[in-house]
Amino acid sequence: MSADAAAVRAPAAVGRERSSSLAQVGYLAQRSITRTLRQPIMFVPSLVFPLFLLAVNSSGLSAATNLPGFPTDSYLSFALGLTFMQGALFATMGAGQSIAQDIQHGFFDRLQLTPLRSNALIAGQLAGATVQGVFQAVTYLIVALAFGAHLEAGPAGVLVLIALSAMVGLAFGSIGLTIGLRTGNGEAVQGVFPLLFVLLFLSSGALPRDLIATDWFQTVATINPVSYLIEGFRSLFITGWDGEALALAFGVSVGILAVGMWAATAALRTRMERT
Amino acid sequence: MRTDNGIEVEDLVREFKKGPRAVDGIDLTVAPGEIYGFLGPNGAGKSTTVHMLTTLLPPTAGTARVAGHDIVKEGPAVRDAIGVALQEAALDQFLTAREHMRLQAGMHGLTKADAQRRGDELIARVGLSDAADRKVGGYSGGMRRRLDLALALVHEPAILFLDEPTTGLDVQSRTALWDEVQRLASSNGVTVFLTTQYLEEADALADRVGIIDTGRIVAEGTPDALKAEIGRPTVEAAPADEADRERMRTVLSRFGAEAPAGPDGVAVRLDEGTHELAEVVRALDAENLTIANLEIHAPTLDDVFLAKTGRRLEGAGDEEAQATGEHEAVPA
Repeated sequence: MSADAAAVRAPAAVGRERSSSLAQVGYLAQRSITRTLRQPIMFVPSLVFPLFLLAVNSSGLSAATNLPGFPTDSYLSFALGLTFMQGALFATMGAGQSIAQDIQHGFFDRLQLTPLRSNALIAGQLAGATVQGVFQAVTYLIVALAFGAHLEAGPAGVLVLIALSAMVGLAFGSIGLTIGLRTGNGEAVQGVFPLLFVLLFLSSGALPRDLIATDWFQTVATINPVSYLIEGFRSLFITGWDGEALALAFGVSVGILAVGMWAATAALRTRMERT
Repeated sequence: MRTDNGIEVEDLVREFKKGPRAVDGIDLTVAPGEIYGFLGPNGAGKSTTVHMLTTLLPPTAGTARVAGHDIVKEGPAVRDAIGVALQEAALDQFLTAREHMRLQAGMHGLTKADAQRRGDELIARVGLSDAADRKVGGYSGGMRRRLDLALALVHEPAILFLDEPTTGLDVQSRTALWDEVQRLASSNGVTVFLTTQYLEEADALADRVGIIDTGRIVAEGTPDALKAEIGRPTVEAAPADEADRERMRTVLSRFGAEAPAGPDGVAVRLDEGTHELAEVVRALDAENLTIANLEIHAPTLDDVFLAKTGRRLEGAGDEEAQATGEHEAVPA
């Protein structure tokens, strides 16, 4: 091949413009959502495990409703907050594993070789986690209502419930993304996942905070941000419209999202060695 | 030279923590429109070089300009000018070929209409039209490589980097990919930087070859020039009777210096070239030596590698990787 041929190489015939961050988020989100929806098996544990635990708790712990000051006579409605929170933690794993697989299989390098903006990569990757969170929330709600749970906040509460699920999925998804970017290994993400469940069990998931008799447990549950997320979900089922509980839940999820995005951005900066 | 789609590398070095220098001060120049074959065994530093030239890995020292842009200071401009197919065809098994095209084109800022047109054109060109809407998870190795190549071309790059593009492919898929690479260089004027561990690939495709071993370029030139440098062909003879091997060695040594041979034979590099062959046969016959097998070997790039490093190319990387631990450490 000669240099002459190169010299007469036609200029690029395809129309190109620098793709905006928003456009990149759109393409990456589309991929993330498509991937998520094409792996229905990924939904099985995140649907089965929380619903199984809900069934066990609501039958085994129903006597807790007899405690003086227990806020409802339906433990099923009470326990649903924990179910929604568990779902969000599964979204964490989904986001983390997805980016870790991209790193392991070289797709991350493919993206790095395009004019990719780092904020677009983070936002796009989280889209799948958010969709997973919403899908799970809708499923939990349908199953719970079918088994006699009552949503005190009514039809408008459904929208808030879904919005909160998306928000919490997004927040914990950013944590998962950070772990995935730091480790670059899907198995490592899976290994970290059970640790997040410690937060779940040291929260007000099983009992209202003021009814936890053990002092240290009550203290831990009070400083554990996950308690406020669970209480936000729970309030829609048993209280109706509790402005304080919802503000705390949305506030805490925004706080976790902010920390998660900061950590994910830092992890991405370290991971992307490109010049 | 024109540098708008050429490559200039000067004293490029890459060291990894707790490891040897994966790339140890290489210099090379690739002319616009040229196919440059970067030949070497596993662990020689080929992929690390590609990662540096494609801006995925900052060099420890040295400079390189790709398409006229500095790989450290002008990373985005370099990426804009290049198409890359890395060693593993990095595809998303849950997406179809068409979805890959849409994503790649979108990230490169192609308009929707152009993305559609270009995607269809490239998918057809690499022969994947019938499979375009199937998930990539079900593709064969050859199909994945072809899609990878098509994706690398979506934004019409001036320079194409192919890192061992045919490793693991069957002969048919390999030939099809060679044809496409040659067509890109000859018809579109695309500069191609191709790494390979296959001698025949470098021989068949490359206008010029750089041979790399343990991070250093040990030879560079056109395949013909490199082979001519080694020069003379080798004749290898095996006696019918094992006991005659020493006598055969004595006779053959009259025609040139001894060369490496198979377990049953004796080989010499013919001082006067192939036209001495008849003389060799006559000399062996005159000594009543019965020949079980006689072969003439034209010089190959493997001979060039052997002459420069003292080892054969095939299998060299495996020995080295075992001895040093896998030292071609590129990012996952």
